[in-house]
Amino acid sequence: MPRPGFVLDVDRSTPPTLFWHGERFRLERLPADRSRIVYPPEPLPAIEHLDHAIVQSLLNPIDSDPLPARLFAGMKLTIAFDDASLSLPKMRRPDTRQRLIEAVLDMAAAAGVDDVHIIAALGLHRRMHDYELRHVLGDRVFDAFAPRGQLYQHDAEDPDGLTVIGTTDHGEVLEINRRAAHSDLVVYLNVNQSPMDGGWKSITTGLASYRCLSHHHNPETLQNTRSLVDRHRSALHKSVWRMGEVLRNDGPPIFQIETSLNTDTFPSRFGFLSKREWEWTARDRAMYTATAATLERTPTRLARRIFHGIEAPYRTTSVQSGDTDAVHEITLEHVYRQQVVHVEGQTDILTMGIPFICPYNPESIMNPILVMCMGLGYLFNMYRNKPLVREGGVIIMTHPTYREFHPVHHPSYIDFFEEVLSDTTDPVLMSQRWERKYAEDEWYRHLYRTGNAYHGVHPFYAWYWGAHGQQHAGRVIIVGGDPPTVRRLGFTPASSMQDAFEIATDVVGSSPSITHLHVPSMLVADVS
Amino acid sequence: MRALQIRRSVARLGVARVVSGLSTSGAARLGPLEYRTIDPPELPGPGWQRVHTRLAGICGSDLSLVEGHASSYFEDWVSFPFVPGHEVVGTLDDGTRVVLEPVLGHCARGFAAPFADAAPGDGDDYAHLVTSGDSMSLETGIQTGFCTSTGGGWSPQFVAHESQLHRLPDAMPDEQAVLIEPLAGGIHAALKTLGHAQRARESGAIPIIAVLGAGTMGLAAIAGLNRYVPGARIVVGARYAHQRSLAVELGAEIAVAPEELSRAVRRLSGGHLVGDALSSGAHAAIDAVGTSASIDDCLRMTRPRGRVVLLGMPADVTMNLTGLWHRETELVGAYTYGTERLADGRDVRGFALAIETAAAISAERLLSATYRLSDHISALRHAAEAGRRGGVKVAFDLREPSRPSLDQGDN
Repeated sequence: MPRPGFVLDVDRSTPPTLFWHGERFRLERLPADRSRIVYPPEPLPAIEHLDHAIVQSLLNPIDSDPLPARLFAGMKLTIAFDDASLSLPKMRRPDTRQRLIEAVLDMAAAAGVDDVHIIAALGLHRRMHDYELRHVLGDRVFDAFAPRGQLYQHDAEDPDGLTVIGTTDHGEVLEINRRAAHSDLVVYLNVNQSPMDGGWKSITTGLASYRCLSHHHNPETLQNTRSLVDRHRSALHKSVWRMGEVLRNDGPPIFQIETSLNTDTFPSRFGFLSKREWEWTARDRAMYTATAATLERTPTRLARRIFHGIEAPYRTTSVQSGDTDAVHEITLEHVYRQQVVHVEGQTDILTMGIPFICPYNPESIMNPILVMCMGLGYLFNMYRNKPLVREGGVIIMTHPTYREFHPVHHPSYIDFFEEVLSDTTDPVLMSQRWERKYAEDEWYRHLYRTGNAYHGVHPFYAWYWGAHGQQHAGRVIIVGGDPPTVRRLGFTPASSMQDAFEIATDVVGSSPSITHLHVPSMLVADVS
Repeated sequence: MRALQIRRSVARLGVARVVSGLSTSGAARLGPLEYRTIDPPELPGPGWQRVHTRLAGICGSDLSLVEGHASSYFEDWVSFPFVPGHEVVGTLDDGTRVVLEPVLGHCARGFAAPFADAAPGDGDDYAHLVTSGDSMSLETGIQTGFCTSTGGGWSPQFVAHESQLHRLPDAMPDEQAVLIEPLAGGIHAALKTLGHAQRARESGAIPIIAVLGAGTMGLAAIAGLNRYVPGARIVVGARYAHQRSLAVELGAEIAVAPEELSRAVRRLSGGHLVGDALSSGAHAAIDAVGTSASIDDCLRMTRPRGRVVLLGMPADVTMNLTGLWHRETELVGAYTYGTERLADGRDVRGFALAIETAAAISAERLLSATYRLSDHISALRHAAEAGRRGGVKVAFDLREPSRPSLDQGDN
């Protein structure tokens, strides 16, 4: 029986705690009697016969006719799927999306559907490489559809490829992929690794235009998103759900398929990463020592390749399909059941190790902007009710924060770092002064549409993602980062955790409470 | 008199070249430069006057001589031994304060000027630099400070022809005047971009001029662009923070680290970054560094059929010129000043422009430290490390000892 999440009070017998440090690790000893560690729950049992469960879900959907009943010869069927930003790390083959799409295509073939388009729902993310498409969808689907031009990637900048569905009562324009908009049915395949994902967000971000996304991907919305994993207190999700209403009323028919994953994140050779340190066996300690020592001597580029080569042994804990709202509510129950950890009260200092990956650098470099996004955007936001750290408290992150960028994937990030962050780190100011220029830059547009680059505006969105955390924290400290780069982010560099605690005393006093978020795996801290 | 002098010595040049990699002061001690007693130079002929040095700047070209890195090209254009120092403010025997325009032009050598009111640097035949007219007794040398007959500013006195001398306004301090010569060089380079800037404006574009390097010459070029190339958007790549601040104060719109310059230009000009090169780029670029890498960078960030101006003196460079060929880039040198044509069509002496610019920008703020001649080792080391040490220009102060200097440097 998997154990639930756990909050450990640190005492003198507590062993040093594992922190991610980019492509390295650190062991840090947290002050006794005023520190605690939030550990994620252990992985829940998976569905034993997933293919069978998928078929059963499609045949018995929620608030919808069975999928076969919604398929007919001569129809336009569009299947959209989550891109390479999910899952993290990528899951072992076969990916859940492959299993889903093969089941959907079997039913479509049985119904005589010929006009099938498969679209990677990128939003403004980079286009996936062919090997990534093969990994997600499987070789059979890729080989059958890609050569005929029926498997392709959403283009949020294609002037002929977008359709306005309507406008919300808040004036938000819903503009989505033209093929999807004019389909007789859109089937969306989700991997719901986080409560943030799925529901109406799937189409209103994944298949949307920049104009559409800018209604909810902006500083004001994200500063009022409390939090990203609590959709009822998220201004972003409220905007998305308003668009969902427009989509339901005026858009194409939708058949939503959502799946939840357990937290079995790392293969056995990295098993120590998923364990609580005091439960490490001799083998775990040996593996940690060997891995950490090897990584210390390994060039970062090679270490990066090793980590991005990890295939997670995630398994699916639920699959549900049918009506978007109804499906998503059940999905959230499953995701919360896996990820929620009850935590009593807030803390003065929140510590977190920033790993090698976030949703915006699969197969790529965790550049400084993504460090901010991962820390203040994703990890800080993994709460319900209240943030783990009190308002005005200190957030301490560990990451090398090298000034390094992937020139193909993140070209506008480089300019953003050099130009925008030199001017301001304030999300509101940067949106006013700089966002449009980046969004409309023809070079970025070209690279997004034809290469493998994130959209020109994407670094702004990554920065906005951390807007709530940035506003909430009294100070942000990065341990072990490149000092000039850390300062450019508006943060304070520290050479060691002890230095960081020392610096933090200026803000939170001499004997602050400390909470360490032990991720990944994913968790949602339900803070009372 | 005690003066700094460079003598031709292959062995000392070789030692300096090797040692300079470790230490400029080592090169100054062991290289071709000597602090020794010499006789004041004789007046070479009519029109020549004796100048008593007040301040004499240390230029990058002087440092390359001291460090043994000067191009072998100049071996036939200078005469040894010579006293360096061509950025000079001094007084004549009658006490008149002057700034030196160091080029040894036609008039100084007893030849007719190439045209009426020509500046010493004008003309398209350099034969006069290696000879002299019947009335003159003058050895080879491109400028004062590279000619054995004239002496140079790194000594208490030298000789100069009246065609080289500009009287200074009483209100102009020596510390401002010593920057006039480098400013003239920077203005000359700036004006070499004028045609491309004007063509850009005629086509409805706002001219973009990139400047790579913001030592004294780069800053002088920025000041020149700001004053004499109307409407140019100046983008600067400078290594040190104080250089970037000065660049902006002198008129740059954007000042970034050198490695960020190409992208900063693209952000202004639009276009794509194709590999390491911009598809478009600046209308012109001024390279105030003068290395293979800096020239290469300028070529890559200048738009097709644009112009790259070499302000920093290059020596031996290695580079791939395919891009220059493909982009049909003009690569031009900017050695020195002469008669300059301004945007309104007027022809003006570069030194006159530099004098008014020095006052307008309060050029004395670029003078970071002064040293006595006897402390030349420290002075040269400071000059070589000026950027790293937060400075710009270092000069020798030969005024009466009672007069306090701006900064005692390492004294």
